[in-house]
Amino acid sequence: MSPSTDFAQTAQQREAARTIFERGAPGRRASHLPDIDVPTRPRDELLPSRFRRAQAPKLPEVSEPEIVRHYVRLSKRNFDLDSGFYPLGSCTMKYNPKLHERAAALPGHSRLHPLQRPERAQGALELMWNLQHALAEVAGLPHVSLQPSAGSHGELAGVLLTRAYHEDRGDARDIVLTPDTAHGTNPATVTMAGYRVVGVGTNADGGVDLDDLREKATDRVACLMLTNPNTLGLFDQNITEIAEIVHDVGATLYYDGANLNAIMGISRPGDMGFDIVHFNLHKSFTQPHGGGGPGAGPIAVSDRIAPYLPVPLVSRTETSVGPVFDLVGDRPKTIGRLRGFQGNYGVFVRAYAYICSLGGEGLRRASEVAVLNANYLRALLRAPGVGEYLVTPFDRHCMHEFVVSGGPMKRELGIRTLDLAKRMLDFGVHPPTVYFPQLIDECLLIEPTETETRETLEAFAQIIQEIMAEARSSPETARNAPYTTPVRRLDEATAARSPILRQPL
Amino acid sequence: MSDYTSLTPEDLATMLATIGVDSIEDLLGAIPADVRMRDPLDLPAGRPEQDVFAHLRELAARNTSADDEVTFLGAGMYDHYAPALIESIILRSEFLTPYTPYQPEISQGGLQAMFEYQTAICELTGLPVSNASLYEGPSAVASAAYMAKLANGRPEFVVSRGVHPHARQTLATVAHGWGGRVVEVDLREGVTDPADLAARLGPDTCAVIIQQPNFLGAVEDLTALTEAAHATGGVAICSADPLTLGVLEAPGNQGCDIVVGEGQTLGNRLDFGGPSFGFLAAASDHVRRMPGRIAGETRDVDGRRGFVLTLQTREQHIRREKATSNICTAQALNALAGVIYLAWLGRKGLPELGELMLQRTAYARARLAALDGVELVHSQPVVREFAVRLAAPVDAVIAACQDRGINPGFALEHDYPEYPGGLLVALTEQRSRGDIDRLADTLADVLSMFVTPVAGAEASR
Amino acid sequence: MADELYPEDLRYHREHDWVRLEGNEAVFGITWFAQDALGEVVFFEPPAVGALLSADTSYGELESVKAVSDIYAPADGEVVAVNDGVVGSPELVNSDPYGAGWLVRVRLTNPAGLDALMDRDAYVAYLAGLDQA
Repeated sequence: MSPSTDFAQTAQQREAARTIFERGAPGRRASHLPDIDVPTRPRDELLPSRFRRAQAPKLPEVSEPEIVRHYVRLSKRNFDLDSGFYPLGSCTMKYNPKLHERAAALPGHSRLHPLQRPERAQGALELMWNLQHALAEVAGLPHVSLQPSAGSHGELAGVLLTRAYHEDRGDARDIVLTPDTAHGTNPATVTMAGYRVVGVGTNADGGVDLDDLREKATDRVACLMLTNPNTLGLFDQNITEIAEIVHDVGATLYYDGANLNAIMGISRPGDMGFDIVHFNLHKSFTQPHGGGGPGAGPIAVSDRIAPYLPVPLVSRTETSVGPVFDLVGDRPKTIGRLRGFQGNYGVFVRAYAYICSLGGEGLRRASEVAVLNANYLRALLRAPGVGEYLVTPFDRHCMHEFVVSGGPMKRELGIRTLDLAKRMLDFGVHPPTVYFPQLIDECLLIEPTETETRETLEAFAQIIQEIMAEARSSPETARNAPYTTPVRRLDEATAARSPILRQPL
Repeated sequence: MSDYTSLTPEDLATMLATIGVDSIEDLLGAIPADVRMRDPLDLPAGRPEQDVFAHLRELAARNTSADDEVTFLGAGMYDHYAPALIESIILRSEFLTPYTPYQPEISQGGLQAMFEYQTAICELTGLPVSNASLYEGPSAVASAAYMAKLANGRPEFVVSRGVHPHARQTLATVAHGWGGRVVEVDLREGVTDPADLAARLGPDTCAVIIQQPNFLGAVEDLTALTEAAHATGGVAICSADPLTLGVLEAPGNQGCDIVVGEGQTLGNRLDFGGPSFGFLAAASDHVRRMPGRIAGETRDVDGRRGFVLTLQTREQHIRREKATSNICTAQALNALAGVIYLAWLGRKGLPELGELMLQRTAYARARLAALDGVELVHSQPVVREFAVRLAAPVDAVIAACQDRGINPGFALEHDYPEYPGGLLVALTEQRSRGDIDRLADTLADVLSMFVTPVAGAEASR
Repeated sequence: MADELYPEDLRYHREHDWVRLEGNEAVFGITWFAQDALGEVVFFEPPAVGALLSADTSYGELESVKAVSDIYAPADGEVVAVNDGVVGSPELVNSDPYGAGWLVRVRLTNPAGLDALMDRDAYVAYLAGLDQA
């Protein structure tokens, strides 16, 4: 079977890249602004010349059809989730329901100014309140802030909340623990919040090394940041004991919600002992990834952390005419604001629509099928022809994602995980996450999600079979892949050494 | 109700058999019993699409949007017109649904869009390097401050009170984490006075932060202010309104080292405050300290022009605890809307929009200043927003105007107690002369309700 | 094969840095193993001339496309020169790690500290041990 591809070698896809600044001609334009309908005043009277722009920014001069054709053609150089399988581990690339765009576009939501008086934004505030309640339910922690704009923003909130908690008790601490399998945002966040990172080891079962944790959990530790299931796709069975160790030294336990898709309705971080949880609404809750955002990273916290939550918070008061919602800023122990206004409300609308559609039972089923799909794909990849080369390092069921090591593939077939990923591009699928977590040699982290059909998983396993078979006879094919994409392997070294970060105009 | 899965009983049976278990429950064995949920999630049952849509529509109906009133409310986000071509492009699956471009060969659409966006931001700001977006305006100010800290390690940030309250608050929250302290400089006659600023600067000053135009709508003298910042070796940071940069000089050409701002007005919706995007541009010295993604141009093995994420060693996935920021997901789709909008507005359109706003704002300011019970807070040059002082309770005036279909603006005194009775009025190309006249008439009408009639005038009728 | 990759006249540090002794001065760089692990080097930020380096501590960083690596001082010294050639063309670290890819020259402040370093054969054995770990 010859590789199929969505990137057929048409003239359009293979044409040389031209930016929007290289299109158009002097005098063309798309916008038509209203005429100046007020009595005009002399320019210099309104704006002294020393403040005036000497030269207008060299924006494009293009017509509307030129703009549309340019960006539509550009879009065809992108692979996307609606077009094909996208098993990027740790990213939860599940289907983005189209209802959500229709709902988010309603003018009552999309044309609402953030500083509209609360009396005239009751629908929005009620939506936020309901979303908060749903997230609190999923997390098992009662107090929610929707303010953070992404997962890593939620992490920053969590560590700053931890700092406020300890400072309020007059208890200065200087260390935050993260496992060595942690996503890079965790240690980066720790530094931004003014703490020092100390890594905690992983045991042979893929969980936190309890002995290492006991040794490192001192009263200088402010927090342990964990994901559960972890970035290896494994649920840490010692979680209750981990929580005890951490709480015994007075530290907080932070849950990175990137892997929440495995456990919605099945287990709750609050019940595991976590104090602070962040959610990635652009992962489990279907906000489209947009090529790198927008997302949202709301947090849920326990009673003892609640006083420090960022403001404003949504309040609900029962009155004789029904519930009235408001935004509250007057909270004496708050850490303050982490951004302007209330957060990414447009993302809340979409996540809320998802939760309304699924209900509690649907969320649970989504997690169950996510776990099923991952285990099925993992089983398929153990078949002869693949399983010898991509070994699963842990001999237990995975949760919603799993890792394989391409070490044997590298040693025996002479192709690396990178080459395997590039060759997959010719077969019309997005590769899994590669080289993360760093603990696993030549790692692939594979997360199919629950919205993929059985046939899609089987087809993916079949593609891997073919690539392995091809590598046995001609490894150089994968080493020089891809062949059918709009561009082939790119020179990232020169791009880093001599960066060209804008078009010279 | 749909959970968007496709699992049939046949699928389930085959899959369980292949895995070698009897049920999905067998796959969850690693979860200890004492943390398994005993009861289902306490949430309303799932509903079909038509019911969910009806519910979202009902919630929308209880919000007064910019479609429901003639609005002069600004204060950081503005009711500009975003042309229809934007959503027709950004809602395409190819832009809407992919992840961050980790495999550049199949992400040239998104990467080139980032490169184009970066180019546009550099043009607007007058600085040579831009990243591919941050979350929004106020947190971009905090990010710029962190960059300055990485540059010179000093502890103090001197911020004008002309900077948006949300940006000042966000900076204070975040700086507390990395041990920075924030000091404010008051406004004098509506602007930041260079002598006042210089008096607060010293060897501890990490950076100076100014907004252009400032929160009261006034144009700041960036050249003088950045000179003061540089005199003590501090970094000059400016938060700028991008749609004023067609008529205002680029902050990068007036001594600013880092320019940030709120991108909502560039083709993005109001959306009750988000998602929008923040932009950040800087002088070349700072490039390796910049947060967020950056796209760069390069060639592929066949010599074909292409784009990649570059300078990734700044970022969290490589540098981890030494990263320049923790940003992973940002606001790529909103930045795409931004560059499409700037292409639509075009080389002529951006300055034209600036001139239109200048003229209409001047007209609105003159009309309101002529009303009884209205005074200007300051007479500085303004571009699109200005502040007045009302001789009446501002919140009540706003409510009464809204009952008449006009939103007159933002009540200043909650954030600026030094301007009691203060109202901030914003203009966009959407507010016509007729709208402005209606604002003036409505305000006059409403204010008269609050002004006590003079006893003598009453008696002599 | 190992003999070609690791010159005999150098001394080696366990963090994969080498030293060439030149009287009371020494030149530092990274070994073939280190540049191979790092990949194509794209950026070198040198310490300032006059900076004091301590043995076993990091004095700078080398960046490749996908990784950042600390550079460790094999011995105590004061920086007297940095290799601007590498600053301008970082790939020299890959193509000529012991020659044109040198990083800093120092005036040794504690020459006795060099005794703690490995000779070529010891370093090659050390590398073999890492491979099996």
